[in-house]
Amino acid sequence: MKYGRVMYESRVHDVVEVDGKVQLRDGRLLDEQEVEWLAPVEPQTIFTLGLNYADHAKELSFTSPLPEPLVFFKGKNTVNGHLGKTVRPNDVEFMHYECELAVVIGKSAKNVNKEDALDYVKGYTIANDYAIRDYLENYFRPNLRVKNRDGCTPVGPWMVEKDDIDDPMNLQLRTFVNGQKTQEGSTKDMILGVAELIEYLSSFMTLNEGDLILTGTPKGSVDTKVGDEVVTEVEGIGRLVNTIVGE
Amino acid sequence: MTRIKFKLQGFPQIKEGKLDLDNSQVILNGQNYSINQLTFDNPISGTLYGTVLNYKGEYELLKPEMDEKPYQKPPEAPVLYIKPVNTFSSHQKPIPLPEGEEQVQIGAALGLVIGQTATKVKAEDALDYIEGYTVVNDVSLPFASVYRPAIKQKARDGFCPIGPWIVKRDEIKDPHQLTTKVWVNGELKQENNTNNLIRTIPELLEDVTEFMTLYEGDVLLVGVPEHQPYARLGDRVKIEVEHVGFLEHDVVKESDVYTREVSADEVR
Repeated sequence: MKYGRVMYESRVHDVVEVDGKVQLRDGRLLDEQEVEWLAPVEPQTIFTLGLNYADHAKELSFTSPLPEPLVFFKGKNTVNGHLGKTVRPNDVEFMHYECELAVVIGKSAKNVNKEDALDYVKGYTIANDYAIRDYLENYFRPNLRVKNRDGCTPVGPWMVEKDDIDDPMNLQLRTFVNGQKTQEGSTKDMILGVAELIEYLSSFMTLNEGDLILTGTPKGSVDTKVGDEVVTEVEGIGRLVNTIVGE
Repeated sequence: MTRIKFKLQGFPQIKEGKLDLDNSQVILNGQNYSINQLTFDNPISGTLYGTVLNYKGEYELLKPEMDEKPYQKPPEAPVLYIKPVNTFSSHQKPIPLPEGEEQVQIGAALGLVIGQTATKVKAEDALDYIEGYTVVNDVSLPFASVYRPAIKQKARDGFCPIGPWIVKRDEIKDPHQLTTKVWVNGELKQENNTNNLIRTIPELLEDVTEFMTLYEGDVLLVGVPEHQPYARLGDRVKIEVEHVGFLEHDVVKESDVYTREVSADEVR
């Protein structure tokens, strides 16, 4: 089953997917264009992984493995919905998407072993973790000016229940800019997989139900311009559409 | 008498009252209480952002390294981090010492509590977006570098006591003239003043909200002074921000955080 959250007729609705359509809890079926999409979950904490794909790390000229996984947090201001718009500041040269598998935590998790870690997963969704590289600075890098901007993290459209995904570590990721494929990879190339990430994070802090872990992106991040339509896809989970707009 | 907002444990609604810090009294609904009689809960509900390298002394300590690897050049934008909700704690709640760790660092911070949605605010209007001030202990495991986010050091459960109350903005005449102090076991270990901030509060709010929105209930820390004191197992820690308030905590084993000491009366 796929779960979402939308605005429709001035109210927030929990919805499910039926035959490619959006079904409200009262049974009404709507097209995806008829509703305004919200992120499918409201996380308290959003974790993001940097450099979690070997090929992407190489692309950014990181050659040796990191001493610790690179983790950072995002505020709620960053979250955006399917078919949303993300602002590209006027003065920047390089703003790129990052197609990511996002893990939704299902229950409070502390000191979880990787063998049990998937028991703590509620489902999966897609995130597009935009970065504006012009603003990169080497202090708490990636710094918040790059990664914590309003609406710069579209999430959705659907959260797919865990049991509907056979193997989260073997899913194709693809990004299309204006219909042209610009990024392709597989979750099997993650350095730390979903289970290892839950083990690692829960070894030093408590994860909450509904929290979101953005698991990193493979290589293939290219610049996007105002007006571009960016579609990030994860196999079995769906396609998340976002449009870049000017200030 | 200072107007404050606060939350008491077991009572989810926010209370409005008055504070008499000199006499350690809180007045609620016309009745006087000693501060020690009340059990304060964390009064904030939003996202908590911290700032590093905003105290002159702290900045000076790192400055010689700023032109070298990995930093390459001095920072331009405010250097921020997030303390997630698992870190939130309140006055008198123990600070957990994680297993295998010897000590924690104490960060005495003035917290700006945001009162209304703040996007691209100008410095001259910035104070309008502040509802009030609170005390935040930004607890951390020691870390040497600010090159990568210090998640494993700063995001531990219970590493961010907040409160005990929010002092309404207009009660503080000059937020850039507040002494901050840290005591460990009664001994004064650190003293600084918000007059040492590099970005003033309005400047910080302008530069932060230029790229991200702060919402009502969010908190932005103005910075943490240099030479953060250490606390070890069994230590009693007190931090104070002048005219705003103070937070007190015992450092306990992580596994003992959820239990409380049972008094002799209860045992009988």
